[in-house]
Amino acid sequence: MPLYYSTAHQLHDMLVSKEISAEEITRAVFNRIEQVEDRIRAYITLTKDQAISSARSVDKARAAGEELPPLAGIPVAVKDNMCTQGVRTTCASKILYNYIPPYNAAVLERLNEARAVIIGKTNLDEFAMGSSCENSAFFATCNPWDTDRVPGGSSGGSAAAVAVGEAVLALGSDTGGSIRQPASFCGVVGMKPTYGAVSRYGLVAYASSLDQIGPFARDVTDCAWLLNVICGHDPKDSTSAPYDTPDYTSFLKEDIKSMKIGVPREYMGEGIDPAVKEVIRKAINVYSGLGAVVEETTLPHTEYALPAYYLIAPAEASSNLARYDGVRYGYRAENAGDLADMFMQTRSEGFGAEVKRRIMLGTYALSAGYYDAYYNQALKVRTLIKADFDRAFEKFDLLLGPTSPVTAFKRGEKMDDPLQMYMVDICTLAVNLAGIPAISIPAGMADKLPVGLQLMGRPFGEGDILRAAYAFEQNTDHHCKLPE
Amino acid sequence: MISIKDVEHVALLARLNLNAEEKQLYARQLSDILDHARKLQDLNTGDIPPTAHVLPLQNVFREDKADKHMPVDKVLTNAPDRQDNFFKVPKIV
Repeated sequence: MPLYYSTAHQLHDMLVSKEISAEEITRAVFNRIEQVEDRIRAYITLTKDQAISSARSVDKARAAGEELPPLAGIPVAVKDNMCTQGVRTTCASKILYNYIPPYNAAVLERLNEARAVIIGKTNLDEFAMGSSCENSAFFATCNPWDTDRVPGGSSGGSAAAVAVGEAVLALGSDTGGSIRQPASFCGVVGMKPTYGAVSRYGLVAYASSLDQIGPFARDVTDCAWLLNVICGHDPKDSTSAPYDTPDYTSFLKEDIKSMKIGVPREYMGEGIDPAVKEVIRKAINVYSGLGAVVEETTLPHTEYALPAYYLIAPAEASSNLARYDGVRYGYRAENAGDLADMFMQTRSEGFGAEVKRRIMLGTYALSAGYYDAYYNQALKVRTLIKADFDRAFEKFDLLLGPTSPVTAFKRGEKMDDPLQMYMVDICTLAVNLAGIPAISIPAGMADKLPVGLQLMGRPFGEGDILRAAYAFEQNTDHHCKLPE
Repeated sequence: MISIKDVEHVALLARLNLNAEEKQLYARQLSDILDHARKLQDLNTGDIPPTAHVLPLQNVFREDKADKHMPVDKVLTNAPDRQDNFFKVPKIV
């Protein structure tokens, strides 16, 4: 197994036994980037010099006998919507193309404390709005399994980087499925933690009540390791939950006997590709074989999650994106007459089509005369969706279903029809509306493309999710498959 | 159905300048999306409270005293245009 395809926990063992140095690992990953980046295009910005120098400092510390955290010396990629001090943070938008944050996002501070090696900033759909990583203002990222296909969105760069060995771990952000869906399309592990478990300080806001940062990894153990680093209360973020974070690796046990798993029938019905359903059925059999109690259940308001999401998220986006006016940072239109004209021109030239569409949609839903019919009604439906999950979790420890109704689609296929593109998120959106945690893990292949299995848990039930994901992984080999 | 006039009104509220082609496109696409969203009206939500946020949020306060802050120069490094310690913008009055 080449070094760049090793997991963080394997590399950690090799570092501790001094079989290899952090600098060697970092160089191996950058060599891999040189090899495949032309084809994949996962990165907007690479920070090779900084990475080599932080890897060297880890090696030096280890040689001096310093006790180091588990992720010390492990290469991590970061989605380009998290602020990195001194390193360009673009959100894949023309409006932020030259923005260099004067501060670090909380997750970056945590990665630095953990002595992880940051190797670069990955591509995304502009401002994390999209399901295919084609809405970047710079370029589209390709799926490593078939470069004519999308890697999924919006964290497509992070998912593709981990899948093809351009990073060992990565961070993404998930507002309506933007970690889990690309993880599913690229055949890696991706997790959206409970809302409030990870600080959003320094994450460029899209929809504040839904956004959550989370890990990408090649296996469940690595996912738990990265969760251990990024989770925890942050007084600088008013949406950070004051919750004592457990050691997530303590949940990595194979025993799931008598665990109760519900399969919502809405996640296995119409609209789900039969080949995807088949893979999920096999996964259900694995769980039954391991002694879990798997039963059908229902989340009756699932069909309303998509319309509710596509009113709530754009409404929050229209408000969050009001700050881009060309005054304090980012792009400013040239030759604008007065101040009002400068705002208009800057925003019109700086934002891409999908961002404008969502700003328009959100502004409409919040405007006088439509607020109650659209936005407020969506918030009430959100209550019903959350209540569906609360009821289900009275009986079940976990819920199981596909992460996406389809496998990775061809580039350009859905670009002209936003509603069709939004449909790709039908299995992931409700989780964000309810704020609960969920993971996508590789569950098999359909037509030579990866299929993701989604496990959803109670608020702060990441432990149950990891335990069930780990048990599945230990009894299958889907996570070992690599793109050619 | 969203009219071109609606699109122009919303674009003004959102501070976006749209060309004729964009107005046509957004009128059609927003109509499609909002038609789909109308499905929400099927639900009787009379006594259901809205959920704006899943966490019981509280404001974060600190004591009202001067603290260490980011140096002005650093704050202004990303300014598209500046003069001394100010952001410079086109003349307002």
